[in-house]
Amino acid sequence: MRYLPLTPSDRQAMLAKVGAKTIDDLFADVPEAARLDGPIRDLPPHASEMAVERHMSRLAAKNQTAGDGPFFLGCGAYKHHVPATVDHIIQRGEFLTAYTPYQPEIAQGTLQMLFEFQTQVARLFGVDVANASMYDGSTACWEAITMARRVTKRAKAILSGGLHPHYVSVANTMAKFTGDHLVTATPTLTAEPDTADLIGQIDDDTSCVVVQYPDILGRIGDLSDLADACHAKKALLIAVVTEPVALGAIKSPGEMGADIVVGEGQSIGVGLQFGGPYLGLFGCSQKLVRQMPGRLCGETTDSEGKRGFVLTLSTREQHIRREKATSNICTNSGLCALAFSIHMTLLGEAGLRKLAAANHARACQAAERLSKVPGVELVSDAFFNEFTVKLSQEARPVVRALADRGVLAGVSLGRLFPEAAELANGLVVAVTETVTDEDIEALATGLQEALA
Amino acid sequence: MSINQSGWRPEMGNSGNGCGGPATYTGNRALMLEEPLLFEIGKLSNTGLDIEEVKAPASRLGGLERKADIGLPGLSEPETVRHYTRLSRQNYAIDLGLFPLGSCTMKHNPRLNERVARMPGFADIHPLQPVDTVQGALEVIHQLAHWLVTLTGMHSVAMSPKAGAHGELCGILAIRAALEARGDTRSVILVPESAHGTNPATAAFAGYKVENIPATKDGRVDLAALQERLGPDVAAVMITNPNTCGLFERDMKAISDAVHAAGALVYCDGANFNAIVGRVRPGDLGVDAMHINLHKTFSTPHGGGGPGSGPVVFSEALTSFAPLPFVEKTADGFALVEEETAGEHHARSFGRMVAFHGQMGMFTRALAYILSHGADGLKQVAEDAVLNANYILRSLEDVLDAPFAASGPCMHEAIFSDAGLAEGFTTLDIAKALIDEGYHPMTMYFPLVVHGAMLVEPTETESKDTLDQFIGALRSVAERAKAGDEALKGAPYYAPRRRLDETQAARKPVLVWNEPQQAEAAE
Repeated sequence: MRYLPLTPSDRQAMLAKVGAKTIDDLFADVPEAARLDGPIRDLPPHASEMAVERHMSRLAAKNQTAGDGPFFLGCGAYKHHVPATVDHIIQRGEFLTAYTPYQPEIAQGTLQMLFEFQTQVARLFGVDVANASMYDGSTACWEAITMARRVTKRAKAILSGGLHPHYVSVANTMAKFTGDHLVTATPTLTAEPDTADLIGQIDDDTSCVVVQYPDILGRIGDLSDLADACHAKKALLIAVVTEPVALGAIKSPGEMGADIVVGEGQSIGVGLQFGGPYLGLFGCSQKLVRQMPGRLCGETTDSEGKRGFVLTLSTREQHIRREKATSNICTNSGLCALAFSIHMTLLGEAGLRKLAAANHARACQAAERLSKVPGVELVSDAFFNEFTVKLSQEARPVVRALADRGVLAGVSLGRLFPEAAELANGLVVAVTETVTDEDIEALATGLQEALA
Repeated sequence: MSINQSGWRPEMGNSGNGCGGPATYTGNRALMLEEPLLFEIGKLSNTGLDIEEVKAPASRLGGLERKADIGLPGLSEPETVRHYTRLSRQNYAIDLGLFPLGSCTMKHNPRLNERVARMPGFADIHPLQPVDTVQGALEVIHQLAHWLVTLTGMHSVAMSPKAGAHGELCGILAIRAALEARGDTRSVILVPESAHGTNPATAAFAGYKVENIPATKDGRVDLAALQERLGPDVAAVMITNPNTCGLFERDMKAISDAVHAAGALVYCDGANFNAIVGRVRPGDLGVDAMHINLHKTFSTPHGGGGPGSGPVVFSEALTSFAPLPFVEKTADGFALVEEETAGEHHARSFGRMVAFHGQMGMFTRALAYILSHGADGLKQVAEDAVLNANYILRSLEDVLDAPFAASGPCMHEAIFSDAGLAEGFTTLDIAKALIDEGYHPMTMYFPLVVHGAMLVEPTETESKDTLDQFIGALRSVAERAKAGDEALKGAPYYAPRRRLDETQAARKPVLVWNEPQQAEAAE
């Protein structure tokens, strides 16, 4: 077996050294009844690299990929161009095959990268600090809600109807067990996000308001009044960003007063990967830092006075605090954070702004073109690279029909909100820099024919 | 071996730059290159990408244009490649050498698995595509799920948890849902003192009170103490098996029976499944739920701290409470069971834990790993991992205190303690000296039940020659620590940095870069 270096004679010599006759002697503590008496059922013997690659290639070939044709899906996962450099560097063994940097003297590469990543995320979000990553956007969102409970000592969280329904589901699942009280809503196909409704619901028991920006329908609205309303009641504003590229074009939630900003970093450097692994982003104001979940990298010096980096404030974390920790998270998304950071370094401010502008321009072109299709109505006029259209019929079969023509047309709201019949005609269309004029034309033509 | 291969000995002293030579203008030492922060070398106007400009119709940003500078410096492509390549060289990694971190399972990461995960058919598909356009992806999940259930002898598996601790949460929530379904409001979870910190943190995160179970002198769960504590308020017991002392819980079946008899359920932390894969099935030991770290047993790369993946296998008693979504084989192919399609059959599911469907990029790698090893290879994995650990244990027990060595063989990791080192010398000194010898240190000060613990897990992907050299190095360091060699206290001498001041980092945290004038103003 190619991954196992011990030879039969090594094994003999080593068994002799440890005083065992056979390998079974080393498993003597396993009760006889629990020992498998034969090989694992149905699993064939070891296979060559070529054979395994062939098996996996055949499975891969059964999927229609985003690159196979016109592609417009978003809703929390976006297709962006990932530069070749990103994938090259994250495959360097020193990054790929390193562990969590618990021995900082020989992990300065990972630690410095994390310090840079934290700074990039904090600046993008417009907040003071960011951590070294969470699993993904949905779990980061729940962690933010629990953090708000710890900070405010209140247990009522108001979730916007514009929050991704999977994120709401995750919070609902957890709240059942923790006793948090969640106020939730279903979005409506209106031009404005539900900011005014949210403001009306804040009371003295409210720990936080959770709002997605841009929201699940792609809409954007100013968060400043909402932040003021939260702060007037000593509640926190949590903003959720599932498309971080947007923040190269529109104001950051931090600038508008959000206390905690979390997000999904997949858009920058990570790729679609059928939903994982992704990258949870988590930032907040300096005064809340000791209630933050997750790993934090901080600057310090070594015994010769040289600058270096270490994991810090670990008295918040499970390996020190055990049941009193701020979260149970241990492993995070280190390699995805590296991919994000490399991509952001390649972009720089100038590149990020250009990329965001290209996304918005493409989305505007698509919105304009689709508006001309009979039976297609644009829901909102303020968006970044994703917008919702209301079709003259149910969107789900339309998406299905277009997939057969090789066009992946978007996410039907029927898929995301199966219970909400009033949303069934909604289609969320994401248009990134990867979309061409021909793609937009193919979508418009396809919709026109499907709706005829 | 009391001298390393370069001929340097501690008594030769140290000139401060670690090599006895003169200081350099750059601060570099030949191949050991210092690298400034991105924020010190990049500029807001620099970029490493050529992005096509798109002629825009009128902007529709709703008046929310971001006008102020964001503060994100960029680099050209060559500068970017060099920045990260230089940083990478300040890291230790499995690709460089033995990485014997106990309980973390740092084994070789096969490169075939990297190639497979990057096949466009897996890497370039969206989680919300129509399910008939992603049948191959669902089949991967289904195949891996099948092998995980088969290897553990359990009834079902939830694939969506994102990492080990997330899997623990999944298992505990299923247990709580099952108890609540029968109207049982138990409030306590029992956790052995030797458990990973994630166990008590998870139980608390899920709303439980946590109580410790003591260990016996031979490093195992104290069955009698456990039996005494079991009662109508205990919801579950979380057991790590093999445990964090590197020992198999001999009484596991008796523990499970006692827990079940008291109306509670058994959670097994499967972080150490790599020691028994292919030889023992946790399902035969009465386990109700167990997470499997795909980044440990099935060798998906650790990546400097993730991403991981933590599928959870369930007994029949818990299967109907498993979280959504999951994949089912139907007459027409593979179906994705989500909130909408859960129906009555899955009405008891405790809900969704995560957006989308789990760590696909880890599933492809783990499946390739399982198929590459096959039935014979996986069994050999466990056997070689255990043999390598016992070889280290028996080769060093004469020089380092091995608290459980007398009670029999260890499993995949060997535990030593700081007992017998010279006054004032600690596990930390041994660990830092190993860095100078070219190794990543073992896990230090964990588990908490052993004073000054050193937990050594070599894994099965190390050769005998590698182990022999490591044993020589650790023996040499241990002898120096027993002899009171003061030079050890300054180690590491040869790493990119000397010992770092963690107290300073925590007292006045600097978590992001601030431009020098800003940093001064803040003081």
